[in-house]
Amino acid sequence: MAKVTIDGVIYELNPENNLLQECLSQGLDVPYFCWHPCMGSVGACRQCAVKQYRDENDTKGTIVMACMTPVSDGAILSVDDEQTKAFRAGVIESLMTSHPHDCPVCEEGGECHLQDMTQMSGHNYRRHDKKKVTHHNQYLGPFISHEMNRCITCYRCVRYYDDYAGGTDLSAQASHHHTYFGRFEEGTLENEFSGNLVEVCPTGVFTDKTFSENYTRKWDLQVAPSVCVGCSVGCNITPGERYGTLRRVVNRYNDEINGYFICDRGRFGAHYVNSESRIRGAKDASGLSIAVGDAEAKLGVVMQEENVIGIGSPRASNEANFALRSRVGAENFYSGHSDDEHAALEIIISALRDEAFHCPSIREIENADAVLLLGIDVTNVASRVALALRQSVRNLSKNLAQESRIPVWQDSAVRELAQDQLSPLAIFSVGATRLDDVATFKVNLAPDELLKAAVQLDSVISGESVDGSHADIGPTPKCLNQISEALLGASNPLIVCGTSAGVEMLRVATNIGHSIRAQRDVAVDLALLPTEGNSVGHALMVREGNTLGEAFERIAKNSIKSALILENDLYNRAPSAKVIAAFESLENRIVIDHIETKTTQASTLLLPSTAFSEHEATFVNYEGRAQLSFQVNDCGTSAKAAWRWLLDEESHSPDSVISKCSEDISDFSKLTECLPKAGSLVAGMKVPRQSHRYSGRTAMSAKANVHEGKQAVDKDSVMSFSMEGVYPQKDASILASPWAPSWTSNQSISKFQSEVNGALKQGQSGVHLLSRCNKGFKYKVEVPEKTIQGLQIFPAQHIFGSEELSGHAPPIQERMTDAYAAISPKTASEIGVDAGDFVRFRGSEICVEVSIRVLVPDAVVLVYPGNRAAGVHFNFRDIGRSQILERVETAPEKIASTRLGLSQLLVNDLFGERG
Amino acid sequence: MATFFKLVLLVKDTLISQVVSLWKVFMHLFVETDTVQYPEQQPHMFSRWRGRIILTRDPDGEERCVACNLCAVACPVDCIALQKTETEEGRWYPDFFRINFSRCIMCGFCEEACPTNAIQLTPDFEMAEYKRQDMVWEKEDLLINGTGKYHETNFYRIAGKAIPGKDKGEARNELPPVDTRSLLP
Repeated sequence: MAKVTIDGVIYELNPENNLLQECLSQGLDVPYFCWHPCMGSVGACRQCAVKQYRDENDTKGTIVMACMTPVSDGAILSVDDEQTKAFRAGVIESLMTSHPHDCPVCEEGGECHLQDMTQMSGHNYRRHDKKKVTHHNQYLGPFISHEMNRCITCYRCVRYYDDYAGGTDLSAQASHHHTYFGRFEEGTLENEFSGNLVEVCPTGVFTDKTFSENYTRKWDLQVAPSVCVGCSVGCNITPGERYGTLRRVVNRYNDEINGYFICDRGRFGAHYVNSESRIRGAKDASGLSIAVGDAEAKLGVVMQEENVIGIGSPRASNEANFALRSRVGAENFYSGHSDDEHAALEIIISALRDEAFHCPSIREIENADAVLLLGIDVTNVASRVALALRQSVRNLSKNLAQESRIPVWQDSAVRELAQDQLSPLAIFSVGATRLDDVATFKVNLAPDELLKAAVQLDSVISGESVDGSHADIGPTPKCLNQISEALLGASNPLIVCGTSAGVEMLRVATNIGHSIRAQRDVAVDLALLPTEGNSVGHALMVREGNTLGEAFERIAKNSIKSALILENDLYNRAPSAKVIAAFESLENRIVIDHIETKTTQASTLLLPSTAFSEHEATFVNYEGRAQLSFQVNDCGTSAKAAWRWLLDEESHSPDSVISKCSEDISDFSKLTECLPKAGSLVAGMKVPRQSHRYSGRTAMSAKANVHEGKQAVDKDSVMSFSMEGVYPQKDASILASPWAPSWTSNQSISKFQSEVNGALKQGQSGVHLLSRCNKGFKYKVEVPEKTIQGLQIFPAQHIFGSEELSGHAPPIQERMTDAYAAISPKTASEIGVDAGDFVRFRGSEICVEVSIRVLVPDAVVLVYPGNRAAGVHFNFRDIGRSQILERVETAPEKIASTRLGLSQLLVNDLFGERG
Repeated sequence: MATFFKLVLLVKDTLISQVVSLWKVFMHLFVETDTVQYPEQQPHMFSRWRGRIILTRDPDGEERCVACNLCAVACPVDCIALQKTETEEGRWYPDFFRINFSRCIMCGFCEEACPTNAIQLTPDFEMAEYKRQDMVWEKEDLLINGTGKYHETNFYRIAGKAIPGKDKGEARNELPPVDTRSLLP
């Protein structure tokens, strides 16, 4: 620690950081623009000027940029110095010379870093008598609006988009006061993390287009801390509501998980909550609406029968799954995963209990210095992990910088030093992935060969002799040796695999983990990624052997008359024929869901449940970390949280369900630790969901009735549906939307962190449910012999469309594509098809468009089944593992009428993959 | 002597003052009355009187309100609620704009907060209703066909945002849009 005197006060600062970061950590107000806690310093904006003195006798001092000045022991500084203040006011005045008079019509207004910094620096009136520079805007797709006039050229956008997120289509153009940030041509911003530009841009150049359509100022949003259910990462988010609809989702800082950034599926996919296809009332078998009381009575009658089975859901909360499990009995509670995914999750859970491994958080993934990706397209399955992996490949440059005694925060110096050198990232995949541009080793093979190559790699790592018979197709022994050396030589090696890679590949991934573990003293980082928000939590509740297939078999034996299906579309989980057969033999098909699916259409009793923002719930992410998500608003319909349909509502609250769950299921024994601590509230007062500036309270509902109703009371949680109460400043875990005096934007988060980039002050980041006490073993992997005719099928994933719920969000639908079959040019010429032709899978009615891609291995077809919410789609499980494609002369009429087209297949554009 | 002075004082303090008062009251019979025959007789209202709130139009005849929400947040009784929407060309305007006059205290903070001079208080105070519900005014009730007290203000002609009839670089004090492909300084 270095002792530094700032304005006469002695602070102990971390000498590894720059002065600006340390000043902010100490809670000092130093204005800045170009610096970002995640992106280091470049010293572009000159706003963070402070005065540095040589020694006690120096009265004149020198103005330095805090972000470019290392903390040095004994330094004497001043932030409040008059000359420095005048300097900062001058800088902001010149930055503002061309800033338009736009604040009232700007979406950033009220949470604008530029507004904050202008006020802080004391600039009021424009004295510059020349004309303002103006720019044309660009269309940047359905997510982001562009208003280039507002730019102050801090370069944060390109530094984030290009350098941090790996985007290629946003650049700084022209020079001097003509500098322009945009695309070469108008068009959709391709990067999957483009939404973060909204929060990274300190002004209103990049704003949330979906939010602007139903715009509400920050102070008017009713917010609560929530958790994203878009994938298995469990990013922390803050949804905002007004007039009963979800208005937007922004990132909520969590130092261990998402940090400052979330993906576009999480940010824009949550709009499904407002979708037309939401279920707003109970319905009977004929689809007619019935009253809540009648629905409850009907449910009660069915539940009196013996042997009612329940099928859970990986997208429903722990509480909903637990309530179903309690209601039908653990022996009648079945997995809502498909059988292969369930098998995959069993491997994941046993890996989570295995003491040989450590499951890294996103922050830890960023620290990995050698990564092996096995068969998973991370960007499209668990996007936030891909963004972290992109940072991990820069660890080499950070090491080089430290060797050369360059501070790591000197962003451009570190990048210049490392040039193209990256930490090793080995990608084993079928076809291209979005991380190929930073991969050191790329193994692109057909699924079966890929598995063989991974098994070979395992042998190389464990030092066994390698069977060289596949050297002609797979990676060379030299390549495998290099990957092995990289992983064994690294201090933080990481293996990433997922359920989408298949069960066998998951086994290989754990085997490789064991092989590495055998050669080092500490646990190996192993991240195995399921696809859905509560996959792990749901799988932990299912008794061994209670798979979906088992449930169908019991139904087929005719011993079961009634089934309760919780928030799950079974047509995505099993072949359609099996689902239809099961539904036909069931007398009562009770479905609880909040969005219309094919399964809800087949229900005999449909009970409406609430979406993620309308109830309090816990979810378990890929690490086995349980996190609490608060209710944001009341849904305003007769829908109830799923568990309320199943358990006695009067005697239960979310907290009591959580407690009961932790008592009943040993794996969930720590779940109650998610709940806010009793002592964290100020004088027992609730935490307000509305800001202290919440407006329009006596007019919002006055059109319906001028007499204002009583404020809604939240009996269940520590939050209130009003502006009454006190923010518990000490326990920032109930911090939904950061705000501090002079800091209205999300940059105010530094006021709530123990230090910049550190944990929230006394905040919690969830609870790890599972303890590592098992000794793992190596699985026996079965490499299939190529005996089958035709093409090997491998599922393609898409960030926009592969997930059930986000597909209902209109902005996401604009980025979705139809189902397709991607094949290599060679395979295409063998079948005799061209790009844009339609093919049928032999023996089925399924007919899809062909997409020809250079990087798809020969004799492989990458199949994307589309999304039921829009466009051409089919049930992926209706096609077998290996298939023959036949050309179709004319596409069926049904397809022609529902087509979205394949224009949004961005992976092609990035890597020149189009055939 | 002393008794005489006491008597004089007594007369001065009580009797004379009472007689004078009586006289003054009597004289009021011949003074012009302050009471006006309202409503037949209308009082003179000064233009800065804070009465009925209106929404005005800019000199081009378009709605001045850009739905920035500043009036709503400034309102101490929270009686203004509105929702922003925009035309296809990007001009912001309120989808609905509601003032609950049964809560309004005519403080004029909304007018002070308004960056476009859209919301203005007028000298009209005759807003009594028999039913409280009728005191909820919507945009149709509030919006007038004129500029109100401030004739010149035309926000969109100053702001950088492009709207129909005013493209980028055409607002007051603006250069034409930059050609990013040009190499000239």
